[in-house]
Amino acid sequence: MEEIVADELRETFKTGRTRSVAWRKNQLNALLDLVIENEESIFKALHRDLGKDPVESYRDEIGVILKSARYSLSCLDKWVAPKKAELPLLFFPAKGDVLPEPLGVVLIFSSWNFPISLLLDPLIGAISAGNAVLLKPSELAPACLSFLVQNIPLYLDNKAIKIIDGRSEVGEKLLKLKWDKIFFTGSPRVGSLVMAAAARYLTPVTLELGGKCPAIVDTLSSPSKTKVAAKRIVGGKWAPCTGQACIAIDYLLVEEKLAPTLIEVLKKTIKKFYGENIKDLKNISRIVNKHHFQRLHNLLKDPHVAASVVYGGSVNEEKLVIEPTILLDPPLDSEIMTEEIFGPLLPIITLKNLEESIEFINSKPKPLVIYAFTEDEAFKERILSKTSSGTVTFNDSMVQFLCDALPFGGVGQSGFGRYHGKYSFDTFSHEKAVLHRAFFPELEPRYPPWNDFKLRFIRLAYMFDYLGLILLLLGLKKP
Amino acid sequence: MTIVSAGLFKDCTRCFKSSNIVGVGLGGTLTYRHTYKINRVRFSGSIPSSFYCCATLSITMEEEKQTFDADKAAVLVNELRETFSSGKTKSYEWRTSQLESISKMIDEKEKEIIEAVHKDLSKPELEAFVSEISMTKSSCKLALKVLKSWMMPEKVETSIATYPSSAEIVSEPLGVVLVLSTWNFPFLLSLDPVIGAIAAGNVVVLKPSEIAPATSTLLAKLLVEYADESAIRVVEGAVAETSALLEQKWDKIFFTGGARVGRIVMAAAAKHLTPVTLELGGKCPAVVDSNVNLQVTARRIISGKWACNNGQACIGVDYIITTKEFAPKLIDALRSVLEEFFGKDPMESKDRSRIINSFHFMRLINLLDEDKVSDKIVAGGQRNESQLQIAPTILLDVPEDSLMMQEEIFGPLLPIITVEKLEDSFNMINRKQKPLAAYLFSDDEQIKRKFVQNVFAGGIAINDTVLQITVPGLPFGGVGESGMGSYHGKYSFDAFSHKKAVLYRSFGGEAPTRYPPYTPGKQKQMKALLSGNLFNIILALLGWFKD
Repeated sequence: MEEIVADELRETFKTGRTRSVAWRKNQLNALLDLVIENEESIFKALHRDLGKDPVESYRDEIGVILKSARYSLSCLDKWVAPKKAELPLLFFPAKGDVLPEPLGVVLIFSSWNFPISLLLDPLIGAISAGNAVLLKPSELAPACLSFLVQNIPLYLDNKAIKIIDGRSEVGEKLLKLKWDKIFFTGSPRVGSLVMAAAARYLTPVTLELGGKCPAIVDTLSSPSKTKVAAKRIVGGKWAPCTGQACIAIDYLLVEEKLAPTLIEVLKKTIKKFYGENIKDLKNISRIVNKHHFQRLHNLLKDPHVAASVVYGGSVNEEKLVIEPTILLDPPLDSEIMTEEIFGPLLPIITLKNLEESIEFINSKPKPLVIYAFTEDEAFKERILSKTSSGTVTFNDSMVQFLCDALPFGGVGQSGFGRYHGKYSFDTFSHEKAVLHRAFFPELEPRYPPWNDFKLRFIRLAYMFDYLGLILLLLGLKKP
Repeated sequence: MTIVSAGLFKDCTRCFKSSNIVGVGLGGTLTYRHTYKINRVRFSGSIPSSFYCCATLSITMEEEKQTFDADKAAVLVNELRETFSSGKTKSYEWRTSQLESISKMIDEKEKEIIEAVHKDLSKPELEAFVSEISMTKSSCKLALKVLKSWMMPEKVETSIATYPSSAEIVSEPLGVVLVLSTWNFPFLLSLDPVIGAIAAGNVVVLKPSEIAPATSTLLAKLLVEYADESAIRVVEGAVAETSALLEQKWDKIFFTGGARVGRIVMAAAAKHLTPVTLELGGKCPAVVDSNVNLQVTARRIISGKWACNNGQACIGVDYIITTKEFAPKLIDALRSVLEEFFGKDPMESKDRSRIINSFHFMRLINLLDEDKVSDKIVAGGQRNESQLQIAPTILLDVPEDSLMMQEEIFGPLLPIITVEKLEDSFNMINRKQKPLAAYLFSDDEQIKRKFVQNVFAGGIAINDTVLQITVPGLPFGGVGESGMGSYHGKYSFDAFSHKKAVLYRSFGGEAPTRYPPYTPGKQKQMKALLSGNLFNIILALLGWFKD
């Protein structure tokens, strides 16, 4: 079954129809229609799978796709044009181009936390670059999965863009086949398996993984700024799918003296945004399933961790809800501090001096994002040059995701390869180098039989010593 | 003191197990493989130049080095990781000092380098000068000249959705990187990636190919002398050493070689989520139209085949496709230019490299002697096993299912395939795995355009061969079976850099739309904001926006 699908896509790609710019634009427009015409169904599906509020769904899923597709449509003509490369005069007359060419048949694996945007955003890149695509959405967001499986064939070119409905065994079967690119969003463990499988066919991969994204919080110059910072921290922790996001804040690093103030402001902000207690929490997603609920609950059950809870901590297993929870200095060797949390628990780690945060971050695998709230320019510079992460965002959270001009992707444990905007197009393209030459003039010294004159000529040529070359050719140059 | 009989396969007098001499180095070192371990011994006295092939010469040696296994590799990587953590390789000054030093090394040791490459491949001096010395030096020079601008953060535009803000992309070194090199351009293909890695501020381990032992030993010696040993290391060895290295966690692996080993490298890298650049090869076709300048075409094909390491190059011309009527003319032209370049008896010419070793010699002979292939020879065919030489050989209409047309040739054999119409060649090329390079000789603008648009390949050169790799503005790298990732010029720097996205925001410009509690009004504002249309945003803020 999987093989038939892959073969069909390859046949379509061979016909060359996906390579025409008209086809690409047509598909991007169809994708826009799909999302616009089905907004309500998408809201419903996201609410069913994750309890997302429509505003959150629009901000993190529908809006992202509309923005991305429109941006691609407006830039596509520019992107597909060959880029000129500079050539040394010695090559004259010649012309060098870098021409983007589609990779072929690509496979996209998405994740359950943003089941619409993490599937369709890479798809926009793959279409823009002119590939045939197989989509494998996550089965852990079943309502979104059925919506996508039903609607994608209705809107998009069925011969070139296919979606497969299935559980993880399907993923394994797909990985046994040859693809020209695999784009994977998920965990490092599965990412590693995907890459190992890709090695068999020398398939390039983009791995969008996660990691523990820290937020460093400095003492700010005014209470109103601290308030804004707190809003943005709360917005970067609980707003995106209640912390089930690869770029969500995982933990905070603050100086001891700031912790009490910050906790107070955070508490107030949480109450204002989400309500006073677990019974009437609103505007917040739920945990995706029992398994993840248990995983998160277990993190909290560690007695030393439980003792560090300073806000929240209650759970509702039936509704799969965990209250926004703040923990102060849980043990550093507890699982909550060694594993990616991926949920609504926010540990605050206090340091004597905020400078130690750099060392603290460097002692862990490279995260996808480092957030830092600070007004100290020198400190910003040190964070930039002394730590490594996919992205650094100063004084805000999450918004880097909306910036088309910035590449989005990890480094080290948080993955490799990047997308968004032009980078999405590049991720699914091969940059073909093209050199155009004329038959004349011919440079004799390029060819054997070799002799001293030719060696001297080439020496000068490599130094681009044109005067020397002329003298040599005229027989005027001394060895 | 150990007495070892030197020769291709000889028994060690200490334990009576077979040793395989893989190279004689400079400064009185000899490398030999002894039951899968590479050892290096120092000897006294002078070694005749014919030592490598000599079967019965005995010398006195003293064992010096132990095996390089996974434990040793782990120690090495830890040491290097500490160097990287110290941050010294990140500074502009460190990078330029190392690049300057390498550039100086190439100037001062040019002779030794050319000799080593000659020892490994009998590469003619001029060819070695062009492809090994000059190319490496220009890489170094270019990096030195423009490194500052490469290192500069790239400012990017931010959208209204994140207003007010500023954004930039910062290039940061990946960390501790491994460069696995190959034997055909043993100096260039070792140092060119290393130059990129240094320019990007990484700590590097280079593993040159054991199949070009003289160059490998020389690189090990020279880099100790010229480069910062705490950050740039050479590990010599073969399969066992490479496996030990591949078990370690690297921040990048840059591999040049065959597709089979490329797969092993990538699978090993997957374990640690290490990004890889794979520079592989493939069957690079040259399509020849009938309207070309025959003389120039023949010369450029020959220079991209036999004058390019005797066909042992990943971007060398592997086979030619031309039309049925034109083939005889092309063959005549190739014959006469071959004679002009390499003389009446090409086996006597010193202007061609030899085949690297007997294994590859036999591999090529097998391709040539296959049934239905051996009778297709129209020029050349002579061979000399002791000198590891095969004459420039042209074959006409070799069957598609022969080994020669299925596998990368990587040697001085050039099959010519004929088609009815030149356009048929496009499908013929696209039916095979994507090659590293595809060449077209034609005066027809339409054919050129179609070729560039339709033929899948790492790179393309029109009316020339191989030259595309000397253009620093063009990325060099494969696609599909010919590899992934690219380098040269700025692309080398990028191959060893992480592009870190940085967004700066101030505390002003708060849009309450972003935050709960969510209301229908906020949803409208959000739509306006993400649409990027300023007018809509104003309407939405005033409460007038209709979606």
